[in-house]
Amino acid sequence: MKRLVLAFLLVASPALAAPDAATIFAAASLSESFQDVAKELEKTGKHYRFNFAGSQQLAAQLEQGAPADVFASADELWMRYAKEHDLLEGDPRLFARNRLVVVTPKTNPGRVDRIADLARPGVKVLLGVENVPVGRYARQVLANLHLSRRVLANVVSQEENVKAIVTKIALGEADAGFVYASDVTPGVRGKLRRIAIPDDAEVIADYPIAVAKNAPHAEAARAFVDYLLTREGQAILVKHGFLPAEDARP
Amino acid sequence: MTRAAAIAAGALLLLLLGIPIASLILRVPAASLAARMSEPAIQEALRLSLVTTLASTLIIVLLGTPVAYVLATRSFPGKRVVETVIDLPMVLPPTVAGLALLLAFGRAGFVGRALGIELPFTTLAVILAQVFMSAPFFIAPARAGFSGVDRRLVDAAATLRASEGYTFARVVLPLTLPSLTAGAAMACARALGEFGATITFAGNLPGVTQTMPLAVYVAFQSDLEAAIVLSVLLMILSFGLLLGLRAATGRMGSASSLVSPIAR
Repeated sequence: MKRLVLAFLLVASPALAAPDAATIFAAASLSESFQDVAKELEKTGKHYRFNFAGSQQLAAQLEQGAPADVFASADELWMRYAKEHDLLEGDPRLFARNRLVVVTPKTNPGRVDRIADLARPGVKVLLGVENVPVGRYARQVLANLHLSRRVLANVVSQEENVKAIVTKIALGEADAGFVYASDVTPGVRGKLRRIAIPDDAEVIADYPIAVAKNAPHAEAARAFVDYLLTREGQAILVKHGFLPAEDARP
Repeated sequence: MTRAAAIAAGALLLLLLGIPIASLILRVPAASLAARMSEPAIQEALRLSLVTTLASTLIIVLLGTPVAYVLATRSFPGKRVVETVIDLPMVLPPTVAGLALLLAFGRAGFVGRALGIELPFTTLAVILAQVFMSAPFFIAPARAGFSGVDRRLVDAAATLRASEGYTFARVVLPLTLPSLTAGAAMACARALGEFGATITFAGNLPGVTQTMPLAVYVAFQSDLEAAIVLSVLLMILSFGLLLGLRAATGRMGSASSLVSPIAR
């Protein structure tokens, strides 16, 4: 019994002894870039841990009282939702933008070479659910292209966050999916083909960020938000395939 | 002292189980409940859940009964490994099961490529995920039931020249019916609640793969009231299933004890 307790403590101790870290609720598409940002800030002695999920899910969790220090959304809609429900401290700031792209498996089993091919009957298309930002943006693109009806008929699954779409396309299980440019990461680049969306139909995702109301680690939270808007922070985001925030301002 | 401790522990556990359930019921939008229940989206999820759960339970019983019988009555090399493999889904995180199913039966998967089939994103994939996750919940009690059959009854039947098949159908099966029913109900309840393997392997599309648990998950992010209605509906179904099972096995238990005077 004593040995069992000891073994448990040994296994659990790293988790128990984890440094006091600020919790960042961030859209799934920010997974890689935010980890990099945290690595930079760690050098200044600040620690972060992450909850990556669809922005709509994060907003729902925040509303239910989940303890967060920062909320970063992949669209303004869910940030506004958080603001309206009095979950934020101060006003959100735009820190990045992202292009929408269509990806297919490298082997291109559905023979999708241009965006119009998505409308061909039998092509298996993955989309985000209607309320996840990537799903909403994709529906806008389809509306811009006047392809909504035919492509929506080809949707085989509505995924709850963009990373689920990336993984299933990379595995070759569906023919094409709408994701962000930043999702074609080095890790999956070899498994995906990327198809650009025509300029006149393009939709650009806006990423706002804000410190959460009554954030337990407000100082570290502000440091994270501020860093994203510095030249170094922007460089990290651009390296990961995002567009810088500056151009977002009209 | 020990009695007081037992009561305290029992009360604590009951509260832990009961409070969340009560909280869910208290949040049911009483005024709009009927209207919400008849919404096509909720109806669709309900119908899909019922159809897939029924199908998977049927498959589990048909395939699981012989397996359970063999495990209960025969010994063979590697039996332990087989038993462990069968039990594994009980403790496996469902998303892991979903990933495994995808890598096996996906069109780029092992079996999928060999047979040229495309299962993911179909209703069949939902059923397969449910079978994978719920089969052990049937096999374990079924096996225990078969093990509990008095060998002397089977031997007696054999001395009367009953064939093995006849003995199974007329002696063993009636005696194990309560266990089989209990197992089927448990597997059915587990299949009804299946979420992780389904969303990973089968995906999420209303009317095709979006069962009630998936609909709850998606609704939670946009329409909390719909999520609550669906949750309560699921809970009522599961509750009814378990309660019915209790009543049924209680009755059958006494009935089957009548036909096995030797076993007593």
